[in-house]
Amino acid sequence: MNRVLPVLTVIGVIVVLWYAAAVWMNRTWVYDQAARDGATVSFAEMVPATLNQERPVLPTPHQVVTELVKSTFGMKVTSKKSLVYHGWVTLSATLLGFAIGTGAGILLAVGIIHNRAMDLSVMPWAIASQTIPILAIAPMIIVVLNSIGVQGLVPKAIISAYLSFFPVVVGMVKGLRSPDAMQLDLLKTYNATGGEVFGKLRLPSSMPYLFASLKVGIAASLVGAIVGELPTGAVAGLGARLLSGSYYGQTVQIWAALFAAALVAAALVAIVGVIEGRVLKRMGMAR
Amino acid sequence: MAPVIEAKGLDLVFQTADGPVHALKDVNLTVGKGEFVSFIGPSGCGKTTFLRCVAALEHPTGGTLTVNGMTPDQARQARAYGYVFQAAGLYPWRTIAGNIRLPLEIMGFSKAEQAERVERVLELVELAGFGKKFPWQLSGGMQQRASIARALAFDADILLMDEPFGALDEIVRDRLNEELLKLWARTEKTIGFVTHSIPEAVYLSTKIVVMSPRPGRITDIIDSPLPKERPLDIRDSREFIEIAHRVREGLRAGHGDEV
Repeated sequence: MNRVLPVLTVIGVIVVLWYAAAVWMNRTWVYDQAARDGATVSFAEMVPATLNQERPVLPTPHQVVTELVKSTFGMKVTSKKSLVYHGWVTLSATLLGFAIGTGAGILLAVGIIHNRAMDLSVMPWAIASQTIPILAIAPMIIVVLNSIGVQGLVPKAIISAYLSFFPVVVGMVKGLRSPDAMQLDLLKTYNATGGEVFGKLRLPSSMPYLFASLKVGIAASLVGAIVGELPTGAVAGLGARLLSGSYYGQTVQIWAALFAAALVAAALVAIVGVIEGRVLKRMGMAR
Repeated sequence: MAPVIEAKGLDLVFQTADGPVHALKDVNLTVGKGEFVSFIGPSGCGKTTFLRCVAALEHPTGGTLTVNGMTPDQARQARAYGYVFQAAGLYPWRTIAGNIRLPLEIMGFSKAEQAERVERVLELVELAGFGKKFPWQLSGGMQQRASIARALAFDADILLMDEPFGALDEIVRDRLNEELLKLWARTEKTIGFVTHSIPEAVYLSTKIVVMSPRPGRITDIIDSPLPKERPLDIRDSREFIEIAHRVREGLRAGHGDEV
């Protein structure tokens, strides 16, 4: 209960500020309309006219929520206007990309741990890959893959993986190196092989680090999937919804898609968090 | 009888950024079967380093060192020793039994034999019935006993212990010392034991090796006249106090040349 009140307070303040901003930003259109008609509007007449415009500069919260609910629950999920449909298209690319990115990240981390040449060479490239704006490289990935006949889900998943492998590499390298000298010496006294050291000590020790990375990685995956939908003129997905919204000045649609993306991201992170809690508790490593 | 551990003119120089550090200098020591040898001295005297040389975790730069008549590396391959570190270092994701099974899995014992050995060593360290618990459910002293059980599980003749009770409070420590003596009497292992504590060294050992730093070297080797049967109150006896006095003198002499 003592957590609910502050949260509600903050949400309340945001909503109030949002309505104020919506009135402020949308009033120009109301005044312009009135001037065109040769009429004048008072402040009391202006305010209601800013709250339910069809193409507002800034949609009001209730417009966004209404649109979100209508396009989520009010349509058949196969409809091209359904956010469930677009959300699923993006989510499937996100999950595939997350799987590829996590797998690649773990493999790279294992290589970095066990191979000195990789240790010295891979990390600078991994860091460099993340300094390139994803918006710049995404169209090229799509074009290149398209030229070899790969279309649809996979190119988006690759872009998604491109963003999500990095936190996994960084976290797993740290995690696989987390056992201290004493732990490693102990296994040495048993004449343990490198594989046994990895399987029995390094991998279990890295789990808290892996989950911390996965939480960052899955959110990055979603961003990657949405960005992958932007430059392609994609017909489906939250990214496509954002894009078509901006083409046709459908600001309400844009904001609804943004909120849908945020909710999906929050849900994904929460799911990883729940799995993290269960696994680490089971492993006696929960903090 | 052939010595279990024999060091002749052992030297170990670490190359560090600040120049060479003489960790061990001309160390000569013979340990017979079934002896309980304590290594005592201030930090940097090489007592842990010597133990690590025996375990082939460090490699001497001069002199010879044999363990069961073999090189330390061969001895490790032959599972000559179990090593107990200062911290129990149990894996939190394994039960106590699972932790004790760790060396047995690596050494390739059959499942049935693993289970049988785990039961046996748990009993030996008086942790019978705790096999299914996780490390965090046990006190520090019990965790350290579990780590001793882990070192005993594969029947090494030699037990190397590096300040195993250093992090425990004195009451727990006294009890574990008593239990360790019983364990030693029952298993007839050869034990190498590093400690900071004079009473601990005198109470436990048949042989006390006093060491001093810079360079790490042996300043005195004391063969204890105390009987093998040692109740805790032996620590008030005249002999005990005399040995403790000699150890203290040895430690002071080692410091003398730099003060």
